[in-house]
Amino acid sequence: MVPRPTLRHRMNQAVDRWLFRLGAPETEPIVLRQRRIYVLPTRAGYGFALALLVMLIASLNYNLSLGYALTFLLGGMAIASIIHAFRNLLGISLRAGRGEPAFAGENAIFHLRVDNPRHRRRPALRLSTRDGATLFDLAADESSEVSLTLPTHQRGVLPLGRTRIETTWPLGLIRAWSVFIPAIETIVYPAPEPTPPPLPARPAGNSSTGMRSTGGGDDDFTGLRSHQQSDSPRHLAWKAYARGGPLMTKQFAAVEGGEVELDWQATPDHLDDEARLSRLSAWLLAAEQSGARYALRLPMQNIPAAHGTTHLHRCLRALALFASPAEGARHAP
Amino acid sequence: MHPDTATDSLRRDQGSWLLGAAALTLAPHVDTLPTWVAVLAFGLLGWRASLLWRGRMATSKWLVLMLALAAGIAVRFEFGHFFGKDPGVALLAILLGLKLLETRTMRDIHAAVLLCFFLQLAVFLENQSPLFALLALGACLLSIGSLLALTDPHASQRERLRTSALLLVQGLPFMLTLFVLFPRVQGPLWGLPADAHRAVTGLSDSMSPGSIAELSQSSEIAFRAAFEEAPPPPHLRYWRGPVLTHFDGSTWRASRHERAEHPYYTPAGPQLRYQLTLEAHNQHWLLAMDFAGGPVDGIRFGSDYQALSVQPVRTRSRFELNAYPETPVGVDESSRVLDSARRLPADGNPRSRQLVAELSADTPTPAILLERVIDYLRQSELRYTLRPPLMREDSVDTFLFVAQRGFCEHFSSAFVFLMRAAGVPARVVTGYQGGEINPVDGSLVVRQSDAHAWAEVWLDGRGWVRVDPTALAAPQRIESGLSAALPAGEALPLLMRPEMAWLRTLRHQWDAASNHWNQWVLGYNQARQLELLSELGLDTPHWQVLIGGMMLAVLVVMAALLAWAMHYRNPADALDKAWAAFSRKLAHVGLERHPAEGPLDYGARLARARPLDASALQEITSRYAALRYRPPAPVHEVLELKRRIRKLNLR
Repeated sequence: MVPRPTLRHRMNQAVDRWLFRLGAPETEPIVLRQRRIYVLPTRAGYGFALALLVMLIASLNYNLSLGYALTFLLGGMAIASIIHAFRNLLGISLRAGRGEPAFAGENAIFHLRVDNPRHRRRPALRLSTRDGATLFDLAADESSEVSLTLPTHQRGVLPLGRTRIETTWPLGLIRAWSVFIPAIETIVYPAPEPTPPPLPARPAGNSSTGMRSTGGGDDDFTGLRSHQQSDSPRHLAWKAYARGGPLMTKQFAAVEGGEVELDWQATPDHLDDEARLSRLSAWLLAAEQSGARYALRLPMQNIPAAHGTTHLHRCLRALALFASPAEGARHAP
Repeated sequence: MHPDTATDSLRRDQGSWLLGAAALTLAPHVDTLPTWVAVLAFGLLGWRASLLWRGRMATSKWLVLMLALAAGIAVRFEFGHFFGKDPGVALLAILLGLKLLETRTMRDIHAAVLLCFFLQLAVFLENQSPLFALLALGACLLSIGSLLALTDPHASQRERLRTSALLLVQGLPFMLTLFVLFPRVQGPLWGLPADAHRAVTGLSDSMSPGSIAELSQSSEIAFRAAFEEAPPPPHLRYWRGPVLTHFDGSTWRASRHERAEHPYYTPAGPQLRYQLTLEAHNQHWLLAMDFAGGPVDGIRFGSDYQALSVQPVRTRSRFELNAYPETPVGVDESSRVLDSARRLPADGNPRSRQLVAELSADTPTPAILLERVIDYLRQSELRYTLRPPLMREDSVDTFLFVAQRGFCEHFSSAFVFLMRAAGVPARVVTGYQGGEINPVDGSLVVRQSDAHAWAEVWLDGRGWVRVDPTALAAPQRIESGLSAALPAGEALPLLMRPEMAWLRTLRHQWDAASNHWNQWVLGYNQARQLELLSELGLDTPHWQVLIGGMMLAVLVVMAALLAWAMHYRNPADALDKAWAAFSRKLAHVGLERHPAEGPLDYGARLARARPLDASALQEITSRYAALRYRPPAPVHEVLELKRRIRKLNLR
């Protein structure tokens, strides 16, 4: 499931360990002290340096005393801007917040708290990961929540990983940055199968209302709500959509006291593990939506029937972590 | 077009900074740019401003490219070439306008700001006066402000101004260090384009009637002299320029002369030491006071007693000189020189020749003849004027017998003609005479209006003797300068008019200030640098030492700045401050903390005293206790405590 690390990736890791002293994710608040802030010119900074060189040569050639003065003043301001960029990061403290779970293929959102202990505004900060960036300012004495989004590709645990905070303030000539790995991760649920078969029939005798075998209470249409990505396409209100309306999902009343058992073993044998997980994921959503109580049976784990968002997330989490080495450690029953 | 990603569209406030910077950068160039270039550059800025105000995008790339091509061709036609400072500045000005029109990305904007910096430097090619330096500094600050506006779009204008000013203040120590210590090399590094040096007013190596009178209209400074002791009296202030020997009947020209490292005379008599600061005149001659002592580095001495610079004086330059006014010169002058100093055109000016024949009828000695000629000139009541009538043919005759009015070139020319006609060697010397003592700093300021022409006669046993025929008609010219010598009603340069005394005082002060500026800022060159360093105890330091010292100084400034940056309250201090603020707040209601009271006891006491606020007060005291006795205090919790204390509202 994990791709083999490429040479480049491993080299980057070595650089991170050796130069930036990055190792395991940090759980304590990360305070940016001088030892972890780095400064280098930006592209514009190199351009500026070249321009100063040209100006210096011109001053020399034409014996322009004020030309020297202007060149040196600009150079001095650029040097001072190094200190300003450095100071803009110095003392910032970052704490890992929570990660919002997502279905594979969606964007996962991570929250970090960024504290500004100084009684002065810190402008033009940029927090970035390998796949995305967020621009923000910190007001004086402000503690602010900053969100980062990461695209997800496969189910499982997704750590935020190597994160960078940087600024090119004040002049855009110098970039000060720091890298860190916050202890923040989220769960990526298996992507729900787009067109799953109907929920499996309830075992006989389990239900007091008897033989209503088509799951999800398809018959008891109660209304429409706006469509969400995880909704089954079978419940799309196609007619309403065809009339030019927005994409809506049909909602159905649960059969009072209904209970569904979603069993790994009940999925067809020709499906591979991931496809089975996808189907179970779609079924979980459908079952939660129908209002029925549902139980989840996996080869190594059983989750007794219940209903509600917490239960849904518990079940989806079990699917996300299915057969991963961390399963036992991460998921206490 | 989210403001955070405002790289492809310029926000209005960012654009205003940028356009302001460009306009102030271009303003000092308006005077020197060809009119159409100035109009075009400002027109482009106006166009960009109107786009900005209507919230429109930048102009099409093709249009800008076409405009650039057209402007390039027009500049080529205007100047006839591309290489040189004038077409260069014109192209930069147009490019700046065009670049602003097509600002799409951050890179375009950075390029425009760099163009602004180049143009601010180019201002100094034309003018390095304090006023223009201020203009360029203002433009530079606006450019820095536009960079700030780009990187921090959410800042208030006040904050941007504050940051710019802070950067300026922090940049200044670096500037001063580098300005003083950066090893100065006497440029140019390579051949400068032909237009590098502006044409300047000043003496030339020929003299025809009217040429010096024309110069007298200019009040530009020619040079300054700062004497170590009291300046010499006016009648000694003869500053020697080109010596003119050849006469073709209307124009006097310099003859060839030899040069050597030592003067062609032995200095004698009292010595006057002074520092000469010469304005650029693109010539070799130094206009030293008669007669310069030597040898001096970089100076050659001509056989006609001029002091000459090895290189033409292209920039304002300083020379440490000596003068020996009483030195006898040319006692054993070569016969070749004396022969050429007797030569006259074969014909012309018959009445003058007739006059000389009468004066020397009894073949007197040259000394006696000299006295007779001087007497004649004194008695014939010639008038000194800046506006003599035109004298084309037989100019000496016309001056002496018809017009009887003239300027110093007529007097000296007529005198030398008379002497030569009698066979006595004589020649015209041009230069400056007099000058004005600036009461503010005591230096002697010599202007173009002090340009003068006098004469030298060679007498056996005495050598070359200075005779100033102008003094015969207008002795005030020598003692008090041009304005005193001229009859009332003649057009004088404005500042030389007697009723403008208050203006002259002002000018004296301005002159003294700009002299300091010239000496220490503009004239800070290799020599000045070495002089300053030797005053600091560093005698002729190697350039490596200079570079090392410069690096060290920069590092020291850098360390000071770093210390400033690192100086911030650590959370523990902030905690103490917050706690003190809390106690102060409660002191208003008579519940100040006792010095020995612990936070929890204090909290309990407060809760008893103010039951209505009890929960808020105890929350604060217990939070403080937790932070105080369980270090390290997390930043956010200290912030939270501060926030609670600030929000605490005691009823």
